[in-house]
Amino acid sequence: MTAVTAQPDRRDSDLAEAELAGALTMIWRTPAGFYGWLTTVDHKAIARRYLVTAFIFLFLAGLLAVAMRIQLSGPERKLIGPDLYNQIFTMHGSTMMFLFAVPGVQAIGIYLVPLMVGTRNITFPRLIAFSYWLYLFGGVFLWISFALDIGPDIGWFAYVPLSGPQFSPGKRADTWAQMITFTEVASMAVAAGTIATAFKQRAPGMTLDRIPVFVWSMVVTSFLVLFAMPAVMFASSTLIMDRLIGTHFYNPAEGGDAILWQHLFWFFGHPEVYIIFLPGTGIVSAIVVAFARRPLIGYLPVVVSLIATGFLSFGLWVHHMFVTGLPQLGAALFTANSMLIAVPSGVQIFCWLATLWEGKPVFRTPLLFVLGFIVIFVIGGLTGVMVASVPLDTQVHDTYFVVAHLHYVLIGGAVFPLLGGIYYWFPKLTGRRMSERMGIWNFWLAFVGFNLAFFPMHILGFMGMPRRVYTYQPEMGWENLNLAATAGALLLFISFLVFLINVLWTLRAGEMAGDNPWDAGTLEWATSSPPPPYNFSYIPVVMHREPLWASRNELPAVGGLSVRRREVLITDVAEAQPQVREASPGPSIWPLLSAIAVTILFIWSIFSPWGVVWGAIPVAAALIGWFWPKDTPEDEE
Amino acid sequence: MAMPLFLLLSGCAGWQSALDPQGPHAQHIASIIWLFIGVCAVVWVAVMAALAFALVRRRAERAEPLRVDALREMRASRVILACTILTAVTVIALTIVSYASQRRLFSKEADPVSLHLIGHQWWWEVRYEDGAADQRFATANEIHVPVGRPVRLKLDSEDVIHSLWVPNLAGKMDLITGQHNELEFVAAREGLYRAQCAEFCGFQHAHMAMLVRASAAETFEVWRAAQVKPAQEPDTAEQQRGRQVFLSRSCVLCHSIRGTPAGSTFGPDLTHVASRQTIAAGLLLMSRGNLAAWIADPQGIKPGVNMPLSDLAPGELDALAAYLMALK
Repeated sequence: MTAVTAQPDRRDSDLAEAELAGALTMIWRTPAGFYGWLTTVDHKAIARRYLVTAFIFLFLAGLLAVAMRIQLSGPERKLIGPDLYNQIFTMHGSTMMFLFAVPGVQAIGIYLVPLMVGTRNITFPRLIAFSYWLYLFGGVFLWISFALDIGPDIGWFAYVPLSGPQFSPGKRADTWAQMITFTEVASMAVAAGTIATAFKQRAPGMTLDRIPVFVWSMVVTSFLVLFAMPAVMFASSTLIMDRLIGTHFYNPAEGGDAILWQHLFWFFGHPEVYIIFLPGTGIVSAIVVAFARRPLIGYLPVVVSLIATGFLSFGLWVHHMFVTGLPQLGAALFTANSMLIAVPSGVQIFCWLATLWEGKPVFRTPLLFVLGFIVIFVIGGLTGVMVASVPLDTQVHDTYFVVAHLHYVLIGGAVFPLLGGIYYWFPKLTGRRMSERMGIWNFWLAFVGFNLAFFPMHILGFMGMPRRVYTYQPEMGWENLNLAATAGALLLFISFLVFLINVLWTLRAGEMAGDNPWDAGTLEWATSSPPPPYNFSYIPVVMHREPLWASRNELPAVGGLSVRRREVLITDVAEAQPQVREASPGPSIWPLLSAIAVTILFIWSIFSPWGVVWGAIPVAAALIGWFWPKDTPEDEE
Repeated sequence: MAMPLFLLLSGCAGWQSALDPQGPHAQHIASIIWLFIGVCAVVWVAVMAALAFALVRRRAERAEPLRVDALREMRASRVILACTILTAVTVIALTIVSYASQRRLFSKEADPVSLHLIGHQWWWEVRYEDGAADQRFATANEIHVPVGRPVRLKLDSEDVIHSLWVPNLAGKMDLITGQHNELEFVAAREGLYRAQCAEFCGFQHAHMAMLVRASAAETFEVWRAAQVKPAQEPDTAEQQRGRQVFLSRSCVLCHSIRGTPAGSTFGPDLTHVASRQTIAAGLLLMSRGNLAAWIADPQGIKPGVNMPLSDLAPGELDALAAYLMALK
């Protein structure tokens, strides 16, 4: 570039700091007002919405859990009848899995991945905006159905023939199946954006071996989403077809197969567990490093373990089907694979322990949740080894032992890290640090409540208590342990109320945090708290895995991005060498309109097959509006 | 953890418990369970000890997080590698143990007692199929087996998927629509064992139990001979009237009583209903009062059950209960 006057474009390197901030804010900010709120494509705004929505669903599903626990606190209680109970446990599982856990962990990724890799926005931000609206509409659709007494009552796994046209008349099963389609489309969209951001928008110098472990965990998770979700969407769509237009995918009388459903569902369902758990391990790695005050011991083994877990997770699904009468040798191979996944999980735990051992732990709330995670998750992982064994599983399958196991894995493996992560990154999101005192109460109530609620369930399973029963008979001798579990569940719920109070109190009166309150080393702490709309004034240059620890005074940076239009820096996958300046889309109403059109199609199509035909017209119109070509200057090398 | 451990040791005996085995299959699985619990407990304690030591170990403050000692890093990596190898060896050993016991558990025994078990929402249809045609019979929600002899259950479902689980005798096996499964077990001791459906099957999944009565071979044969016979003729006028009610009301549309014109197989076979221990798939104990209550209000006792309310006058209900209670 030569004369300044002849330059068609202005770059960030042309401006002084203060002027630059103003110019970048002008082009990156979300327009004011309600309309602006509807059109925003800022990854941070979308991630906050995702998080708030996911936590609202967490509280709703948690209330359902409390209701179930009260019903089960004694034998033959009449508080909740079988009809409502079946709806409640279905809503609890479906909401926790599809409306809280997956969107919740993806929300953290949407917020943090662009900040951690040092870019100004996520790739495909309008797609991410679209995904949020679709997720919201799908979740609201499910809960309105529940409120209208057409909530699904077939379990979160919706086995045929129980969920088929003969045994589930009405629309209850359809609301479940279509909620699946809503949320899975949404999470696949997020996965695409996350992968592209992590692979193509990293700050210069952030080679593959300098990517933060949390980002790696989100990349692996996103690949799992892309490969696992289509299986369950196929399953849910064919179920609706069986129910609506009389296909026979799952009807044995007409050559269909009831077991086919289980294969499709668990081919998704088992990776789903790792979709929820792997981001948890990413959060743990981030917190362990920051609070042990030293780099992770075994970065490479941890990353390889994440990838290995991702691959292995697709070879475990049959361990949900050990009592369906499969060939024994085939089942044994899935035993081997299910046990093998303990190895990469073990490697991660050993690396965290070594890091804590060699570091100097600072005991703050985020680290407490991580320690709670290790205590609980190791139990969950070990009971996972138990259920992987075919003979053992024939006794504990579909009993409360599995209920205990899965909650040890999912609450221990994902919710504890997620809460720790919220305490850890809350200053970045809001600029304020959450109360440490309430945090300690929150942790101990959660830890004690959780173990009191779920440990007795292991024993109940051995004692013969099956899952998904709305009550049990007094002569079974299960009431004491069930009562203990109910007390624990109430404590756990109280701990979440403490969490909620802490969040609300901190938002009003929390201590101001500053840019980097924990003196952590990754890039999200390099910008202000909360970050400006453009994230970074200059794109940082990364020369170390913990860039803020390596460059204590000033982070090296690179200039050259436009201040006239939204631009991000595209770098190559392996070495993160700058390749091209790429325009990044601005706010748009079309993602919302498209999501509304898709919602109409999805809901209509459970009532009439013509919904797919006529509903396609507004979808097409909205997508044409979204992708209408506009004059944008060619990308420059 | 001390309290739950105590409960674990004390609380697991019971008439529907996997840790109170009453036959070789369940016995074998219980030993596998205890083996796995032992290994897992050792691993968990070791990890917790390492974690505790990592946290309380005395060391200097770290002002400069990136300053690390290369030698110690190397040593830590070696320890991680050793732990990883140990983990791999452990899971491989457990896999081999598991597969060996799988081969043992699922091998077929010679000369079994054969039963055909058909799952319904929410009761169990039982068909004894050994011997000549006149030796076969149907019953429901209760099976009798001879002690010491292998029992082979052929498992099918008429509607949705169910799962048979008699934890004191064996692991579970699903009853799947359009698929034939089998389960074998041996009862080593006389006794009454409870089974329960373990696969969610709709409204009354919670109340779909079955009893397994294991008795000496002679007792079993006596029972079998009694079951083969057609239903007992009514002795008293009240029972006579009860049979009239049964045959003239909606009962006959679903149930069969051998020796009478009632022959429908939609509901449980009632030929020897009073010889069974329970009513409504394990929900109520067999007694005249419970039977009358069940007939009078099935939806109140077991909401959603497929048995409809039948409009009987009080006298008719009494007579019907008297007749059914005579069907020993």
